Amino acid sequence: MNYATWIFLGVFLTFAAAWLGLVFFPHEQLSGLRAQKDADSGQVFPPPYSGEALYGRSVYVREGCWYCHTQQVRGGDYNADLARGWGARRSDPRDYVHDAPHVLGSMRTGPDLANIGARQPSDKWHYLHLYDPQLTSKGSVMPPYRFLFELRKIVGQPSPEALELEGAASPAEGYEVVPSREARALVAYLKSLDRSYEFKE
Amino acid sequence: MNQLEQDQGGWTARRAEIDRSCATPCLVFYASSIFWLLAGTFFALLASVKLHHPEFLADWSWLTFGRVRPAHLNTVIYGWASMAGIATLLWLMCRLCRVPLMYPAMLVVAAGLWNLGLTVGTVGILMGYSTGIEWLEFPMPAAFLLFSGFAIVTLWSVATFAQRQAEHVYVSQWYLFAAVFWFPWLYVTVQLLLMLFPVKGIPQACINWWFAHNVLGLWFSPIGLAAIYYLLPKVIGRPIYSYYLSILGFWTLALFYNWAGAHHLVSGPVPAWIVTASIVGSVMMIIPVVTVALNHHMTLHGNFRLLKYSPTLRFIVFGAMSYTIVSLEGSMMSFRFLNEPFHFTHRTIGHAHLGMYSFFTMTMFGSMYYIVPRLTGREWHSARLIRIHFWGVALGFALMYLCLSIGGVIQGLELNQAGESLEKLIAQFGYLDGISKFVEGFKAQNGAVPFLEIVHGTLLWLKLRTVSGVLLLAGHAAFAVLMVMNVHAWGRRHIGPTLFHDEDAADYDRALRQARADLTPANSGD
Repeated sequence: MNYATWIFLGVFLTFAAAWLGLVFFPHEQLSGLRAQKDADSGQVFPPPYSGEALYGRSVYVREGCWYCHTQQVRGGDYNADLARGWGARRSDPRDYVHDAPHVLGSMRTGPDLANIGARQPSDKWHYLHLYDPQLTSKGSVMPPYRFLFELRKIVGQPSPEALELEGAASPAEGYEVVPSREARALVAYLKSLDRSYEFKE
Repeated sequence: MNQLEQDQGGWTARRAEIDRSCATPCLVFYASSIFWLLAGTFFALLASVKLHHPEFLADWSWLTFGRVRPAHLNTVIYGWASMAGIATLLWLMCRLCRVPLMYPAMLVVAAGLWNLGLTVGTVGILMGYSTGIEWLEFPMPAAFLLFSGFAIVTLWSVATFAQRQAEHVYVSQWYLFAAVFWFPWLYVTVQLLLMLFPVKGIPQACINWWFAHNVLGLWFSPIGLAAIYYLLPKVIGRPIYSYYLSILGFWTLALFYNWAGAHHLVSGPVPAWIVTASIVGSVMMIIPVVTVALNHHMTLHGNFRLLKYSPTLRFIVFGAMSYTIVSLEGSMMSFRFLNEPFHFTHRTIGHAHLGMYSFFTMTMFGSMYYIVPRLTGREWHSARLIRIHFWGVALGFALMYLCLSIGGVIQGLELNQAGESLEKLIAQFGYLDGISKFVEGFKAQNGAVPFLEIVHGTLLWLKLRTVSGVLLLAGHAAFAVLMVMNVHAWGRRHIGPTLFHDEDAADYDRALRQARADLTPANSGD
């Protein structure tokens, strides 16, 4: 055997070993996980996303929300994920069985969103926050997502879903700001993020 | 004596032939890489400004933070770093194997495919077609184009290696040979498992981080180390300190680096054994890192004076030292007690730039200062521009690293000071009084620090980071101008290197002669 064969073999074997460890075995161990059905109530945990929420999830992915927001409540001794009230319990691999792409995140420029639906159930709050974060969270560095809203001329009665904007933020007389389909779906997704259910052993 | 002179005559002609064969493809790769470096720096600056002024260009959906940030990452990783890396890889491979590049036109095709893939991918991200997987945001068609381009590079590298005329296989070749295998394996595996037949949930996160970390350790690190191993002895004219250390460093990197990826999921929703395996791999990386650092240090030992004169050497040594620091920092950051408080903060961004910028990018700059004049036959036109380049990027990087580290540590301690976590952290630092006292200062007074207060605390550091970005951009612009001048033949014919200061040529020659004084022709090598 010549040099190249030896290097190739070594390089292949070291690579294959870690591939088994970090790709193959985790997949073997976890890909069989399924959502759990409660025999008494018939409810499924984690509940599958609604079509609306799933569309909202694609907006979440597209706009890169996950670059600043994680979706995991960590265990461990040296962090305050639970003490900060980001979840009632540590996140479990089973919480993510419906998720692709995973949006675990790698940065907390903003707070964790694993349970944002439980912490902040108000549609109105979410719309105002997405339209202009300063309205609900003064001093936030989150970008405004005004491009997910429409400025519309009021025809007849004002729309029930129009944002209640005050002062400088309010649109011109006779106009209203309404969430686009994408904004509505995104809020449906955010409100679905509630992992406060418990799994049965 | 005559024998030696004849051999050297033959090799000089051969060397010129090799450089001629590499010239077009390598220059195309290098020129493209600089274009993507400028584009990536532009995206980085936009993202950086948006982090402290969220209203800046906020109404254009395609320039929103969540799209500009991945555009930055992907253009610098696949555009700048990979293209500069491929050109360096090809030239080193041909020089060390002593064979000219065959059918160089095919590599120009590879560069074309690669550039097309980058354009499609970057525009795709900005239009909202990101895959949503960090380090792999390019949509499928772009990934396919990148892979096609890379397949050519791999085939050519392996064919060149198979035809090698040199008897000895130098350590740089080991690294390069491994890199051209590792990268396509990684890339194909993740494309299959995450894009074509996507697995769901947590296994996906494991694969994601296995890839994202290995791209650094099994693609960029080997190329960077190969370049340092080649250029360090080449510039000072002394052989590498120890052949055995270099082999030990290579095989321990191959063995341990592979395992490190899942330290990004510490205490997350993954089985603990996966994270523990990764922490072990990360800590074991101390062996290859210390081995390589020792080998490089001992090679340069006694000749640090040369750093004053030679641009190649100064950039390369900057890179080599950063490799040591970033790797040891990485081993430390994998520990649970440091990872949990600081992983989700700007500290991690600082760490990533210490690797990709301070190690790899600086090493590539150094390599280009050496290689490009051999491809064009022209030396660099302006010592002043080289100085602007060096000080712009060196100071810019230092400022960025300091800001992100200080801001990130404060952010991490404030995010995690509620409950018992700081008590436990302080217990880990029991014997380091200063650190314990510093951490103690962050202990909860009245419950958790409100989130928006933490955000407010990072603003100063984020603004200073934008300043550092401007310095980096100035350095990159100076380098781009140098490159344009060189390719347009605005420089003197290649005789000796352009030094940091023109008046230092005599000193430099003296220092070089001194560095080589004890060498006999037998071990002076080429």
